[in-house]
Amino acid sequence: MKRFLGFVKKEFIHIFRDFRTLIILFGIPVVQILLFGFVVSTEIKDAGIAFLDLSKDEISRKVIHKTVSSGFFSYSGELTSFREVDRIMKEGKAKAVVIFEPQFGEKFFREKSAAVSIIADGSEPNTATLITHYLTAIIQNYNQELTGSPAEEIVPVKAEVSMFYNPELKSHFMFVPGVITLILILICALMTSVTITREKEFGTMEVLLVSPLKPIQIILGKVTPYFLLSFINVILILLLSWLVFGLPVKGSVALLLAESMLYILMALSLGILISTVSKTMQQAIFISLVGLLLPTILLSGFIFPIENMHPVYHWVSSILPPRYFITIIKNIMIKGTGLGFVWKETLILAGMTLLFMLFSIRNFKTRLE
Amino acid sequence: MARTTSDIAVKPAIEASGVGKRFGPTRALHNISFSVEEGEIFGFIGPDGAGKSTLFRIITTLIAPDEGKIDVLGNDTVKDFRELRKVIGYMPGRFSLYQDLTVEENLSFYATVFGATIRENYELIRDIYSHIEPFKKRLAGKLSGGMKQKLALSCALIHKPRLLVLDEPTTGVDAVSRAEFWEMLKKLKQHGITIIASTPYMDEAMQCHRVALIQEGKILSVDTPEKIRAGFSRKLFSIRAPEKFRLITALKTFPETLSAYPFGDSVHVTFLNDTPVDSLADRLKKEGVNGAEIVETTPGIEDRFLELMEKPGEG
Repeated sequence: MKRFLGFVKKEFIHIFRDFRTLIILFGIPVVQILLFGFVVSTEIKDAGIAFLDLSKDEISRKVIHKTVSSGFFSYSGELTSFREVDRIMKEGKAKAVVIFEPQFGEKFFREKSAAVSIIADGSEPNTATLITHYLTAIIQNYNQELTGSPAEEIVPVKAEVSMFYNPELKSHFMFVPGVITLILILICALMTSVTITREKEFGTMEVLLVSPLKPIQIILGKVTPYFLLSFINVILILLLSWLVFGLPVKGSVALLLAESMLYILMALSLGILISTVSKTMQQAIFISLVGLLLPTILLSGFIFPIENMHPVYHWVSSILPPRYFITIIKNIMIKGTGLGFVWKETLILAGMTLLFMLFSIRNFKTRLE
Repeated sequence: MARTTSDIAVKPAIEASGVGKRFGPTRALHNISFSVEEGEIFGFIGPDGAGKSTLFRIITTLIAPDEGKIDVLGNDTVKDFRELRKVIGYMPGRFSLYQDLTVEENLSFYATVFGATIRENYELIRDIYSHIEPFKKRLAGKLSGGMKQKLALSCALIHKPRLLVLDEPTTGVDAVSRAEFWEMLKKLKQHGITIIASTPYMDEAMQCHRVALIQEGKILSVDTPEKIRAGFSRKLFSIRAPEKFRLITALKTFPETLSAYPFGDSVHVTFLNDTPVDSLADRLKKEGVNGAEIVETTPGIEDRFLELMEKPGEG
């Protein structure tokens, strides 16, 4: 036990003396959360919008006024002909142009049907979709104000845009589960595999092997600090997303933390497994990044929905542990479901953890070869 | 061979018989047999790639031999590796220190790992550690080569091992520190610690009780340094001339020349009839070598080593 504690102490010294390790441990999670929260915002703010008013009556002016004052758009000017539509979009001054048909107001009252056409810049499909949605909403809102009932219909001509991203992403909170999943894989698997291969590269592993330390003691001594720090990280991320973005955990926090521990264990054993097959730190980093981080980002359902994937990727995705953790954590955090809904994923994750652990302990050599 | 209990006292600390090791197609070690007495300082001398590190890794249980076996302190290095790992102190070729830990932290880490404390065995390392103790708060990575070496040795000794294995402990260390280092090793003898060390430096052979000359995975000779030196079979001449390279080329053109090796600022030469021809200086002049001084000299261990390398069947 004293040996083990001595080892853990040494690992903590390694971590706290290395600036880069600290950055990866605590800098990256915070930056990622804030980055995803603020920059990768899926809301529209100050999108340039121009108008081509062929009617120029009271109603059309009011719609324009309402749109501009909504706060989502910035006014980029009024056009005089259709030819200008293309120009202003190409110049990048406007992301969308709203066109009112001639006699807009007249038609609105007399025929109870007037048309606006919204042309959006499809080169940014995500923004375009959102703009059209916002505009439609504003116009319909105004419509209601005028007539007092939603039955009246203005038929907006929608821009041809295809949904590129998961519509779920519109929810401001969806990135938190993804970031937790990503960060834990990064810290646990990458850092443990690097710290073990570092001993190999610096030759200190030779002396550790010649010591009475058993492989299990070396492994546990290596992963214990990372287990603790990763757990602190989970709490940090949850606190941050709660304090900064007001994202509460809808389900049981205790269950969420327990599932996180399971996932941390899984990632740690993956890290050890990587270290047993790589001779240098570079190899370990390469395997962790290409073999773990990239698939986690692309195939776990973090960004791209698994349902839309080609069957091959679908299959690959199902052997990736992060995929199950994302499902679990989304369920607990956002839907507020309990263990009853995620027991299957939990079981799969536990099984994988056990498998990786067995492999890595078996693979950890008591000799150099 | 049956042994009785009384024999155990005189049992060798290390007994290797017929050890062989391959790495793919290369033969790192071939039919290595030797024995090291308890309390001895035993040196392995040979150039880089001779197989010294591989042999040391077999002795320290880090790799298993393909053929033969080694008994260390009465334990087989393969079967009883757990037992051996408690009593061996090992200093690998690259000083295995944690660069980001301080001197003191390194020492206390290795002490804990081996289940010892610094205080308990301080006596043993005092002579060595006292040199670096003033810098105990300094990171190991910031130490000079000589200080790193002393710290690595302290770390290898802190659990009072019965066998100390030092793989090229003096490589990359200045001459003064090297001499100091061997003095420290000699002092350890009083604690009854058996020491084996490898080195590519021939002059360090004289510091050992016995040495094994090793070359291309084979042991050429095992004996005391004096006896190895005395094994030199011919008369050796030291020839000095301003242009050493031209001198060697010239000597090699003479049919009487058996060997000619550069040695410091002179050339060590042996001749067919153990005597240089009277007119050697003149003949050298004809080849364009001026001012050659020829004297007979006592062969050193390196001369014997080079001789053994020439005809590996002998010795």
